[in-house]
Amino acid sequence: MSTETATETLDVKGQNCPMPVIKTKGAFDGLAAGDVLEVVSTDSGSMSDIKGWAESTEGAELVDQKEATEDGTPVYKHYVRKAE
Amino acid sequence: MSADTPPSSDGEFSPDDLAELREQIEALETEVSDLRNEVDEGSADRMVIIATKGTLDMAYPPLILASTAAAFGYDVTVFHTFWGLEILHEENSKDLGLSSVGNPNMPLPNAIAALPGMDRMTARMMRNRIEDNDVASIEELIETSLASGVDLQACQMTIDLLGYDEDDFYDGVTTGVGAASAFQDMADADIQLLV
Repeated sequence: MSTETATETLDVKGQNCPMPVIKTKGAFDGLAAGDVLEVVSTDSGSMSDIKGWAESTEGAELVDQKEATEDGTPVYKHYVRKAE
Repeated sequence: MSADTPPSSDGEFSPDDLAELREQIEALETEVSDLRNEVDEGSADRMVIIATKGTLDMAYPPLILASTAAAFGYDVTVFHTFWGLEILHEENSKDLGLSSVGNPNMPLPNAIAALPGMDRMTARMMRNRIEDNDVASIEELIETSLASGVDLQACQMTIDLLGYDEDDFYDGVTTGVGAASAFQDMADADIQLLV
């Protein structure tokens, strides 16, 4: 699935563990079935944390995870889809 | 399989044997599905943490685990007792102390760490580091935990012992609870931790 299909974006840049997962859960709960949430984080630990969260959460499917650089800072992007 | 209908000599099962096996399988399938329903109907996963420490470093693990477990769909209770109450005390939680005396990981000899004012300095340095590393404050973690449905409990016996008032704690903190309710929660929980 391409990343353009994200229906909502959650910006948790500048927030460290455990905030990215907790805010992802909060935003995920507000999604409609089929929606894709994009989470943008500066916490490198979010790569394994959000993966683990999606694996243990019913109805959450981790579509993609990638690293990018924004303004010289590494950012970690996660795409979580809510099951239909 | 009944003893009077042994498998035929070529190892094949007779139609009677197969019918009996099919019945047994069906009975087992019903039993498994009943058990599965029973498990599903049970309460959600539960975690209970007993928080007994009130220093800046020890305030973090219970709150981080509690809010994270809530994000994983757990019902979470944190029972705060003795110095753990400081975490829930609205005023004190913003100024939790940290001592370098007796902590061999602190880069200070005990003789210097014991000087007046050193604990305050150590706590301030730690607080600055926490901020520099984008780690949430204790206050933020408490608000987040409460908003995620975590039950933050303050042990009534130690509230009285330390001379606190129920109004001293954050809004949403449960008071009027004791060891018996904590124990009951622990007995029902999947994860129990003493911090």
